[in-house]
Amino acid sequence: MKILRNILNYLSRRSTWALPYAIFLGIFVALPMILIVIFAFTNNQGEFSLINFEKFITQPEAVNTFVYSIGIALVTTFLCILLGYPAAYILSNKNLNRSQTTAMLFILPMWINILVRTLATVALFDFIHIPLGEGALIFGMVYNFLPFMIYPIYNTLQKMDHSLIEAAEDLGAKPSTVFWKVTVPLSMPGVMSGIMMVFMPTISTFAIAELLTMNNIKLFGTTIQENINNGMWNYGAALSLIMLVIIGISSLFSDSDEQSQNEGGII
Amino acid sequence: MKKFFAQTYLWLLLALLYAPILIIGVFSFTEAKVLGNWTGFSTKLYTSLFAGGVRHSLIDAIENTLTIALIAAAVSTILGSIAAIGIHNMRGRRRQAIFFLNNVPMLNPDIITGISLFLLFISLGISQGYMTVVLAHIAFCTPYVVLSVMPRLQQMNPNIYEAALDLGATPFQALRKVIIPEIRPGMISGFILAFTLSIDDFAVTIFTIGNEGLETLSTFIYADARKGGLTPELRPLSTIIFVTVLILLIIINVRSRRAARKQENI
Amino acid sequence: MTNNDSIIKIEHLSKAFGDKVVLDDINLSIRRGEFITLLGPSGCGKTTLLRMIAGFLKPDSGVILMEGNDISNVPPHRRPLNTVFQRYALFPHLNVYDNIAFGLKLNKVQSSEIEARVRKALKMVSMTDYEDRDVNSLSGGQQQRVAIARAIVNRPKVLLLDEPLAALDLKMRKDMQMELKQMHQELGITFIYVTHDQEEALTLSDTVVVMSDGKIQQIGTPIDIYNEPVNSFVADFIGESNILNGTMIKDREVEFIGHTFECVDEGFGNNAPVDVVVRPEDIYIIANAENAKFTGTVKSCIFKGVHYEMFVETDKGYELMLQDYNAFEVDSTVGMFIKPSDIHVMQKERTCNVFEGKMVSSTDVEILGGQFQCADCGLKEGDNVYVSVNFEHIELMDNKEDGTVIGEVEFILYKGNHYHLTVLTDSGEKVYVDTNDIWDKGDIVGISVNISDLHISKKV
Repeated sequence: MKILRNILNYLSRRSTWALPYAIFLGIFVALPMILIVIFAFTNNQGEFSLINFEKFITQPEAVNTFVYSIGIALVTTFLCILLGYPAAYILSNKNLNRSQTTAMLFILPMWINILVRTLATVALFDFIHIPLGEGALIFGMVYNFLPFMIYPIYNTLQKMDHSLIEAAEDLGAKPSTVFWKVTVPLSMPGVMSGIMMVFMPTISTFAIAELLTMNNIKLFGTTIQENINNGMWNYGAALSLIMLVIIGISSLFSDSDEQSQNEGGII
Repeated sequence: MKKFFAQTYLWLLLALLYAPILIIGVFSFTEAKVLGNWTGFSTKLYTSLFAGGVRHSLIDAIENTLTIALIAAAVSTILGSIAAIGIHNMRGRRRQAIFFLNNVPMLNPDIITGISLFLLFISLGISQGYMTVVLAHIAFCTPYVVLSVMPRLQQMNPNIYEAALDLGATPFQALRKVIIPEIRPGMISGFILAFTLSIDDFAVTIFTIGNEGLETLSTFIYADARKGGLTPELRPLSTIIFVTVLILLIIINVRSRRAARKQENI
Repeated sequence: MTNNDSIIKIEHLSKAFGDKVVLDDINLSIRRGEFITLLGPSGCGKTTLLRMIAGFLKPDSGVILMEGNDISNVPPHRRPLNTVFQRYALFPHLNVYDNIAFGLKLNKVQSSEIEARVRKALKMVSMTDYEDRDVNSLSGGQQQRVAIARAIVNRPKVLLLDEPLAALDLKMRKDMQMELKQMHQELGITFIYVTHDQEEALTLSDTVVVMSDGKIQQIGTPIDIYNEPVNSFVADFIGESNILNGTMIKDREVEFIGHTFECVDEGFGNNAPVDVVVRPEDIYIIANAENAKFTGTVKSCIFKGVHYEMFVETDKGYELMLQDYNAFEVDSTVGMFIKPSDIHVMQKERTCNVFEGKMVSSTDVEILGGQFQCADCGLKEGDNVYVSVNFEHIELMDNKEDGTVIGEVEFILYKGNHYHLTVLTDSGEKVYVDTNDIWDKGDIVGISVNISDLHISKKV
C-alpha cells in the first residue's frame, strides 16, 4: 500500500512527466549519435580501428569532394548574405515596406519540399535552355536556402530597438554611418543564425546536387549516402562524423539558443 | 524614390524565388509530357493523378506519406506536450540535459539524423519499413512540438494548476481541465508543424525506409527524378502541395496574429 | 483560548530550500472565525507558511493540525480550505461563471444548486451580471473579486489569501480592504491573510503575526503590535518610530536621549540596557521651551496631508522624528515632552556580538570564516572559544578586499544618533554594527576588528 502511494506520489509530480520522452530521447537521439561514433571507429569486424579515417585521408577523391562541398557551401552562404541582407533590411524597415504579407511570401518557400523546389529549378533551367552544371548548382542552392538567410536577419532587425537608430541620428550620425555602425552590428546575431541555417544544410545536402548537375558534380552528402547505401556503414559513419565536426566548428560562431529560437519562431 | 527601388528589389527577388514554382503550376494545366511544351489548357494531369490507374505507385506513395505524417504528428504531439509539462517543472542539470538532447535533432543536419537512426535500426536488428519511418519521424518532429508548447506553459500563470488543486481537482483533473486547455494552441501549432515536417522530409526517410518497395512521396520523386523523367503527374501534385502549404501557413499566421492581438488587449 | 476553539494548529514547523532555512520552528494557533494576518517583509517566509497550510508545499518537520487532525500529508485537493492567489490565477479559458463553478462541478454538486451558489457568490463580491464575461476582459479589481468568489463559493472552513490586493492601485485597495472585512463578518469563516503592507494588516486583522527571517517575531492584536512591539524589528516594521538606546535606571524610570523619563515598565532590573520606542505622534511639541522636559531645534518640517512630519535635533544631539498637526519653523527652538505611557521599553535582544570560533595559533582566531589577529591570552591552537565584540568596535569598509571577511548590509535601524546595522557575512552569520557612517541596504562591505577589541573566552 505504501509502495503504491509512493509510486502515485512520484507520478503526480509533474517533473516526472518528462520521463517517457527522456527515455525516447535516449533511444532515438543519444544512442544513434553514439552509434555513429562507434561505427566510425570500428572496422567491419567490429574491432576498434582508425582505418575509416585513414581511407578518407588517402583517397584524394573523397577529400576533393569534401573541400569542394565546403567551397560550394561558402559561396552559397556568401551569395545568400549578399542577396538576403538587403531584402531583410527592406522588409523590416517601416519606411520602405509596410506589408507583412511580403515578408510572409519570402518565408513561404521554406515549407515546400526541397526536392519539389529543386525539380522546379531544373524545370526552369530546361525551360529557358540553360545547361545544368556548376552554375545551376549554385543557383539552385541559393534559391533553396535564401529564405533561411532572410528570415533570421529579418527577425533580429524587427526586434531591434528603433530608438537606438534615432539616438545615433540624434548624435549626428549620417544615415550611412548609422547603417554601418548601428544597424549592421546589432543585426549580427541574425546574420550568424542565417549563416548556420544556410551553411549547414548546403554542406549536408545530397540528391539536390545530382539533380541540378545531371550527376556531373558530387557533393560530400552524396558521398556519405552512397557509402551507406553500398553497405560501407563504418566508412559512412566516419564521413558523417567528419561532417559533424565541421558543422560543430561552424556552430561555435553562432549561439545555439538564438538559432533554436529563430527556428521555433518560424510560424 | 528610395522606396521604389527597395520595392522593386523585393519583387524581383520574389519573382526569382517563385519563377520555378509558377512554371510548374502553369504547366500542370497542359498535357505535354515534356515540361515547357504548351499543348493547350487541360486538366487531364489532375484527373489522371487521381484516377490512379496510370501510376498506381504514386497514389500509394501519397497515401503512405499522409498516414505516416498523421501518425507521427499525433504521437509527437502527445509525447511532446506531456514532455513539455514535465520539462517546465524540472530544474537545474536534468532540465539542461533534456533540453540539450531535444535540440540535437533540430540542429543536426537531416542526413546525420537519418544515418544515425539507420545505424540504430540495423544495430538492433529491426527490419526497416513503415514502422521505422514512423519512429524516425516522431524522433525529429517531437522536439518542435516541445518548442511550440513550452512558450504557452511559460506564459501560463504558474498558480492556475495550484488553483485547480485548491478547488478540489486531482492532479489528473487539473491537467485535463486547466493545463491542456491552456496549452492547446501550442499543441495545435506543434501538430501542424510536425505534420508539415513529416510530409516534407526526404533525408531521414530515405535512410529508414528500407528496400521492401515502400515509397513515400519524397522517395518516389527522388527515384523518379533519378530515372531522368519527370513524371508529368508530379506537376499537378507539386501544385496541389504548394497550394495546401500556402493555405496551412495562412491559417497558422492568422491564428498566431489573432492570438498576439488578443494578448495585447489584456 | 481553549483547544476546541482553534481550527488550525501549527507545531514546530520548519522548511528549508536547499541551505536556506525559510521557516524555523513555527508554532501558531489560529482560532475559528479569526482574521489572522501573516505580516513581514518579502522573503520572511510568510508565503511559504501559507502555501504549506494550503498543501502546495510539504514541511521538512513539524505538523499542521486542522481541527485536531494532522493534515501535513493530505494533498491540497482534499483540504477543506481555499486560496485566493496573488495574481488571481483565474482559468483564462473559462468565463466568470465557469471559473466560480469549477470547484462545485468537481464536487458533483447538482447544477441547480451550483447556479444558486454561484449567483450568491457573485452578489457577495458585487459582480452580478458578469457571469458570461471572459475573465481576460475584466480589470484587475474585477478579476480579484472573481477569484474571491471562486474560493468562497466552496464554503471552505478556512480562506487563505496570498497578498490578494498587492496588484491593485491604492484607491481600489482601500475599497477592497473594507469589502474583505465585511465579507469576513458575513461569512464567519477563518481568514488567513498574507501581506507585506503593515497598514493593511493593522486595518483588517483580529490578530497580526509579524514574521522575519523565517521566525515569528510577535503575535498580537493590531493595537498590541503597534503599541507594545516586542523588539526593534517589529517597532521599525510597524509604523514610524524612534528607536533609541536606553538604560532602565530602576522600575518606572528610564534614561534615554540624555534625559531621565518616568515610564510604566517594570521588571527589567536596575541599570539594565534597553531599547526604547517612541512613536513620532507621541512626542508633544510646544513653542515654549521653558516648561518642556527637553528642548531641541527643528531641522526640517514637511506637510504630510493631515499632519506635519518634523525632524528635531535635541539638546543632547539626538535626532527624533515627530508628527504634529501644527507646523514649527525650521531652526526654531522647541520644547518637547513624552507621556510615561507612550514610552515603550523593550528588552535588548543583544548587547554585543558573540561569535563561536577556534584558535588557529595563540595570536590568531578563526571566526566568521576568516582569521582575525588577537592578543595572546594563553590559549592554544585548536581551542574552541567564544569571541565577543562590541557593536561600535566592528569596522566596515567600502572596499571589501580591505576587510578580513566580507558581508552584506541586511537591515538598518536609525537609533537617534547612530545607525544599528545587521550585516550578513559570507559564512551566513550575522554581525551587528553601530556606526555613524551611512550605508545602504545591500551594500557589500569588508569587516574588520582591531586586535584590542576582540574579547576571547574559552568555550567550556
